Order: sequence, then structure tokens, then C-alpha cells
Amino acid sequence: MMESPSTITVRDGVAMDTNTRGWFGDLVFGMLARLAGWFILLVMAGIIIVLVSGGWRAFSAFGPGFITSTAWNPISDHFGAATSIFGTLVTTLIALVFAVPFAFGVAFWLVEMAPPALARFIETAVQLLAAVPSIIFGMWGFFIVVPFMAHYIEPVATHYLGHVPGMGLLFRGAPYGTGLLTGGLILAIMITPFICSVMTDVFVSIPAVLKESAFGLGATRWEVMRDVVLPWSRQAVMGGIMLGTGRALGETMAVTFVIGNSNRLGWSLFAPGNTIASLIALEFPESSAGSLKLSALLALGAILMIISFITLACSRIFLQRGVSN
Amino acid sequence: MMSAPQSQSIDAGGWQRGGAMAVRRRLVERFVSLLCNVATVVVLFLLFSILWTLVTQGAGGLTLPTFVHSTASPGSGGGLANAIIGSCEQTGLAALIGTPLGMMAGIYLSEFGQDGRIVMLVRFVSDMLLSVPSILVGLFIYLIIVEPAGHFSGMAGTLALAVLFIPIVVRTTEDMLRLVPRAMREAAYALGAPGWRVILSVCLRSARGGIMTGILLALARISGETAPLLFTSLGNLNWSTNLNEPMASLPVTIYQYAGSAYDDWVQMAWTGALLITVAVLATNILARWWLTRNGSAQ
Repeated sequence: MMESPSTITVRDGVAMDTNTRGWFGDLVFGMLARLAGWFILLVMAGIIIVLVSGGWRAFSAFGPGFITSTAWNPISDHFGAATSIFGTLVTTLIALVFAVPFAFGVAFWLVEMAPPALARFIETAVQLLAAVPSIIFGMWGFFIVVPFMAHYIEPVATHYLGHVPGMGLLFRGAPYGTGLLTGGLILAIMITPFICSVMTDVFVSIPAVLKESAFGLGATRWEVMRDVVLPWSRQAVMGGIMLGTGRALGETMAVTFVIGNSNRLGWSLFAPGNTIASLIALEFPESSAGSLKLSALLALGAILMIISFITLACSRIFLQRGVSN
Repeated sequence: MMSAPQSQSIDAGGWQRGGAMAVRRRLVERFVSLLCNVATVVVLFLLFSILWTLVTQGAGGLTLPTFVHSTASPGSGGGLANAIIGSCEQTGLAALIGTPLGMMAGIYLSEFGQDGRIVMLVRFVSDMLLSVPSILVGLFIYLIIVEPAGHFSGMAGTLALAVLFIPIVVRTTEDMLRLVPRAMREAAYALGAPGWRVILSVCLRSARGGIMTGILLALARISGETAPLLFTSLGNLNWSTNLNEPMASLPVTIYQYAGSAYDDWVQMAWTGALLITVAVLATNILARWWLTRNGSAQ
């Protein structure tokens, strides 16, 4: 780079080389980088356009009723999104109910209680749980969790909780093992590591002086967590939870194995159901090109896209605000 | 991780003396600690339960025929050779396509901040793409490639995986380039290097450990993906390395076999599951080990 003394100008605090070869290289390199960046925009735009235009026939055939209809009848060509949207939301909700406390517990343990040598090992183990492919969760769930649910959890839950007024409705029904509850539990296991790793990062990043002053006042670890760390990191924690929610909403393979795949809408958490993703995975191969069913599935895909978009946008906003705090 | 001095200061605090309030606080603290310990044990137990199940169910199928024979109809033997090679081919090609694109886009995000709003938009969209449900990527590729072409193909599967691969590389490249000290860039500029040389030979070079880690993690992630391959490369019971034909892959084969009613297929699915999990977890551990060894040098 030392061959010819080239002119250097300084702009915005950065030295810019103005010799001809560098100028040409920068132009080409800049174009390539911009093209790559714009390519990402193009892919995302493509996904949205393709899904919406593909689902347009179903949207226009059924109108707004598509979202509220529970029908799914390929023979009479009547399709509705309500059951699978319901299944998606319920399984995600169940996943969050279980995953958030567990993720919090593990993160709290890792940050405050774990012996340093053990902490690194356990943290890696939790990360590895996040790396296990979703189909493995599905298979493990189908062969291990489903029988366990059918033989132990569900009969016991029906026996003790089935008669509680109101809430009992959730725990009645035949103990198939597959169903919304099992799907939600598998999702919970899958998203716990995600939420946990965000929580651990945030809890570690709190300024030590805040925690130390609370400890200095004689607060216990739990009091410091509840009154200092959590309020300080609230938004980032919410962001982490939303990130996990986004994962749970779109998860396909694990759910398809254990959800039971039945187009039913009801109160029982033990009843088989379906989610948008599992319905697409199962029905898509059986729908011919250009059929109304295919269009309905694409419309479901578009709806899933919108739901997970909103979740992820929220997650990003929360995480950014949490970090800038 | 400063728990040792903190717990000492707690022990010296007033909460250990008598009084109903102190007892209550102590009990709550103990109770929460217990719950956290239980939560950690449960999560670890689940991980080991999955691994244990895979090893006990799948290890029996780790024989030579599994690796040299193609998938076959139930009861007639057969192995996973075509699925393994198909997975390697599609994942590897997706990485080959995705790495340069993802790295260039990551460079764009970290080095071309002067482009203003569009950079922020690309970053936002790339983050969205990172978490888009993978089955939707499969649908997308089906509609733009499989349907016009009229047949499923390994190439379509490769492209679907590449779409999932790119945003991970973008994110890592950007994060790692941001860690490169400003002084290093300025030193390079002061030597008269043009911008693109500074980025390629100085910034990327010093960030390569982190970027390699990201690429390995991305590779691990896409090699276990099933949903985007269902409608793109479809799966193939015969040996095929032709990208223009339907191509088998380990995850899709596991999906087809695990749901079947034949014992030997289910057995083969467990073996495949064991293989892919070991590969994915080993890649993860390798990448993390690499990062802790090389990452601190930055």
C-alpha cells in the first residue's frame, strides 16, 4: 500500500483515500454491499407479497368470515382460520405460562446462586437445549411425553381439577396424550432456553453499584432481584419473552407430532387441535396447485406472518429500549 | 458472578437476627432459592432425558449398512446414506450461497451507516427474517421456484435453507465488525489503504474468529431444519445427488419414518435423530469453544 503517496482527504473524521484504484474498488465494493443489503429487503418483500397474493383468493372468497369460521372441509371447499389461530394462540400461551417462570428461575440461579465453575457449564447446557433441532423435540415428545401425559398427568389432572367449577372445563376429556396441553409443554421446553439466555444477559448487565447498594442495605437476593434488577431490566425481559413467543408461534415440526391434528375448537386442553404451522405442514402436500385449499393455507401463512411480525416488532422495540436504559 | 462477597454481606446483615419480619424474609429467600434450583434441575433433566432417549433408542442402528445403504421400503433393510449425503449437500450449498451474501450485508450494516434510514430498515428486516417461521420460508420457495418449475428439487431446498442462513450471518458479521477498534481502522487508513481494503484485510481479518463461530452456529441451525424442506426438496427414497431432482435429507427422512407404523423405520428414525443431534450439538460446542479461545484475543 506504500507504492505511491496518494492524496488523503478527511471527511467525517475518517480519512478517505482518493487515488484512482482505491476509488474504483470502493465503488464496486460499496455497490456489492448495498446489493446484498437490498437483497434482504427483496427476500422479505417477496415472502410477504407471495403469501398475501397466494392467499388472496381465499380472503376474497370467504371475506372477513375466514378468520372467524371454524370450518375446514376440503370436500365442500369451506375453509376457516379460527381453529388453527385458536390452537396457535393457546399453545403459545401455555408455553409462556410454563417457560417464563422456568427461564426466570434458571437465569436467577445462573446469575446469583451458581458457583462460577458450574455456571459456565450449566449455561452451555441450556444453550445446547436451544440448539436441539425441533424435529427431535417432536419425536421425543411423541414417543416419551405423549404416553407420559396420557398415563399420568392427564388422568390425575382430570381427577383433581376436572370438578373445579369453571376451570374444570379445561381439564376434562379423554386422555389421548396428544393435544393442546402437550403441544404447549413441548413449546415451553423449546423456548425456555431462548428466554433464559436473554434474561441472563440482561441480569448480568445491570450496573453492579445498583445491586451492591441494595445488598448493602441488607436486602436478600430475592429482594434485590424483585425490587432492583427486575424493575431496571423490565423492558429487556419483556423483549426476551416476546422473542420466545415469536418462536413458539411459528414452530412447526415439534407441534405437528404432538398436537393431535384435529380441526376442533373447545375448552378442553387435552383435546387434539391444530396450529397454523402444523395445519400447513400436514395439508399442504395434499392440496393441488391452484386449488382453493392451497390458497386458504397460504392465507393462513399470511396470518401467521402478521402475528409473528407484530410479536417480533414488539420484541425489538422492548429490547432496544431495555438496552438504551 | 460476584456472589461470594455479596453473600457475605448478606450474612452480616440484620436479616438473620430474630423477629417475625426477618424470619419471613429469610423463609421467602430460602423458598425462592429452592424454586430456582428446582427450575435449573428440571431444565437440565429435560436436556439429558432427550439425549438419553436418543442414545438408548438410536445407538442400535449405528451399523455400517446405515451409512452405506440408501433408504428402502420397510422390512428390506436399507440405511440412511442418501439422506445423510442429501443433508450435507443441501446444507453445504446453502452455506456457500449464504455466507458471501450474509457477510456483505453485515458489512453494509456496520460500515455504511452513512446510508441512513435504509441501513436501519435493512437491519430491522434482517432481524425479522431471523425469526420468520421457517415453514413460511418453505412456502415462499415452493411458490417462486417449485411451482413454476413444476417439480420439487434439491436446489429449492438449498435456497430455502440459504434464506434461513443469511440473517444469522448478517447479525454475527455486523456484531463482530462493531467490536473492531476504531483505532485499527484509522491506522489502516493512515497507511493509505482504500476503504474496501480496510474492511476486507483489517476489519474482517480481526473479526474472523467471531464470524466463523456465527457461520458454524448457522450451519448447525439449518442442518436440523425440517419444515422448509418439506415443500421444496420433498425427500427421495433413492440415491440422488442431482440438485434438479427431489432430494432426501436427514430431518425429512426422520419425519417420514417416525410417523410410520413400521418398527424398523421408527428404529431408523431414532438413529437418524441421534446422528443429527450429535452433529448439531458437536458443532455448537466446537463453535463456542472456538469463540472463547479466539474471541478474547480481540
